[in-house]
Amino acid sequence: MSEITLPEEAEALPEILPAPASHGRIVGLALRHPGIAIGGALIAVMTFLAIAAPWLGTVDPEALDPANMLIGPSAGHWFGTDMLGRDIYSRVLYGARVSLVVGFAVAALSSVGGMAIGLVSGFIRPLDPVLMRIMDGVMAIPAILLAIALMALTQGSVGNVIIAITVSQIPQVARLVRGMVLGLREQPFVEAAIAAGTRTPRLIWRHIVPNTLAPVIVQATYVCASAMIIEAILDFIGAGTPPVVPSWGNIMAEGRALWQVKPFIVFIPAIFLSVTVLAVNLLGDGMRDALDPRQGGRRA
Amino acid sequence: MSGAVPVIEVRELKKYFPLPRRYPAQAAARVHAVDGVSFAIGRGETLSLVGESGCGKSTVGRTILGLTRPTAGEVRLDGVRIDNLPAGRLRPLRRRMQVVFQDPFSSLNPRLSVREILAEPIANFTLARTRGELAERIAGLLEKVRLPADAAGRFPHEFSGGQRQRIGIARALATEPEVIICDEAVSALDVSVKAQIVNLLSDLQDELGLSLLFITHDLAIVEHLTHRVAVMYLGRIVEAADRRSLFARAWHPYTQALLSAVPVPDPAARRRRTILKGDVPSPVNLPTGCRFHTRCPHAFARCRSEEPELRPVGDAQWVACHLDARPGG
Repeated sequence: MSEITLPEEAEALPEILPAPASHGRIVGLALRHPGIAIGGALIAVMTFLAIAAPWLGTVDPEALDPANMLIGPSAGHWFGTDMLGRDIYSRVLYGARVSLVVGFAVAALSSVGGMAIGLVSGFIRPLDPVLMRIMDGVMAIPAILLAIALMALTQGSVGNVIIAITVSQIPQVARLVRGMVLGLREQPFVEAAIAAGTRTPRLIWRHIVPNTLAPVIVQATYVCASAMIIEAILDFIGAGTPPVVPSWGNIMAEGRALWQVKPFIVFIPAIFLSVTVLAVNLLGDGMRDALDPRQGGRRA
Repeated sequence: MSGAVPVIEVRELKKYFPLPRRYPAQAAARVHAVDGVSFAIGRGETLSLVGESGCGKSTVGRTILGLTRPTAGEVRLDGVRIDNLPAGRLRPLRRRMQVVFQDPFSSLNPRLSVREILAEPIANFTLARTRGELAERIAGLLEKVRLPADAAGRFPHEFSGGQRQRIGIARALATEPEVIICDEAVSALDVSVKAQIVNLLSDLQDELGLSLLFITHDLAIVEHLTHRVAVMYLGRIVEAADRRSLFARAWHPYTQALLSAVPVPDPAARRRRTILKGDVPSPVNLPTGCRFHTRCPHAFARCRSEEPELRPVGDAQWVACHLDARPGG
């Protein structure tokens, strides 16, 4: 009964596009998005310095040497010493560990936590208003104040700093994920999966989560950058890790009183912090562009 | 239809969507998306549900599929009521009715390969026991929709619109359904590709004895594949007929207007065009009487006060209109 006659299946075979070359795509990605290359390289260097700190000519970062305090940058002490005679080069390298661990841990924890809250909010509708009002409440408090308040409840340690900053960053991810879940649930491929008998856990795992990952990864880089800054601020005002711990915020705090006479004590860790945060943000911007399907770099 | 139990039967289906209130004392407003629709689809039969966008035809499809619950009315699959089943009881029945959506881009998950897309429904109903059996089934599905076997390893973005629609059809066939609901399944495609997909659906129907509910706004496509047509306007069926009767003699002024809007590929042909004035009224505040009276060229006093019921006007034709012997067209 179908009387329409046309070159039957003319489009069937030849029209399939050639599969994109898979080799060398990391190189291609880096060339198209220099932010990913530069940011990634800087983060790699920082990570190397942090991990390899003991073998890079450092001494014990907590060792006091009152005889050699406040020496300027020199052959013996590349970045000088602080007012207790501790070697700043060693403290800055070990300090990279604190910043990176806090940044990465907060990014990972708030992504997982935000994802979980966002998925629950998007799928269990009665819980949505409750969860979202809680998130609004947390977001209403500036992240730094919230972290300071939470730190006031416990003792200073890297673990507690991570938890305090994570709490302040989760709502951003949760809102992002919730919004995407609500949009995805209306997508025909999700409805087709429901009609094809896919159960909810599998639906979430195969159809919802993979399609929220790209924006969450981008968001995680921004969270990582903010976490590093907040961590440094907490240390700087004495609400973070104990002062003996070599962290960039602690070094700057100790150098603050002397910054007019011995500015290197503040500036050197400040430069390291700025470069690291810049690198993370560059990476995030590059990935945002690369993962945006509207800009053709999809699924690279 | 005669004696046999229809595969899909819809009785007095209603679906209202509540509108959010702007202030607490505001009267509850509702969108009357579907407002009392009844029809049946027999085995191996094609019913086309035709109407302009916003008339509720897609909502009918989604309600049959159990993607949304009706406000009132019944949906029966092979005589068994399914609209009020809990999700767990409905799931095994989903195997018997599948859907093909309009947009060939958003209807396939971009992160899954064609193999994964097709394997999912098969796995959901354990229709294959071994890996070999699964691969065999996927190959068979691709062959049915005339895609090359190596398509299985590829991702949706590597295909054209028509090919994606074939993947969507293969997914619908994966559960060996009795009914496929095609929700504007060819509306987004080029004319030539559209014809290929329509031919494919028609061939599959002959081969597998499928029943089709074809939801569309395009009467021209309907003419080539349907057995019966139901025309919807503002949530109700205004005319239902078998294909021949409808295209030979449309009774309802709205059907006449739709038919006169179908382009004829003959520049010499001059036809009396029925051009409708105005817009479709809001489905929130429905017109009194006949829903169509605000745009009907023949409306008279009774149309404004009394809503017409569907009544037979031939062997296989029903119309909801007060106008008597005025077929026109």
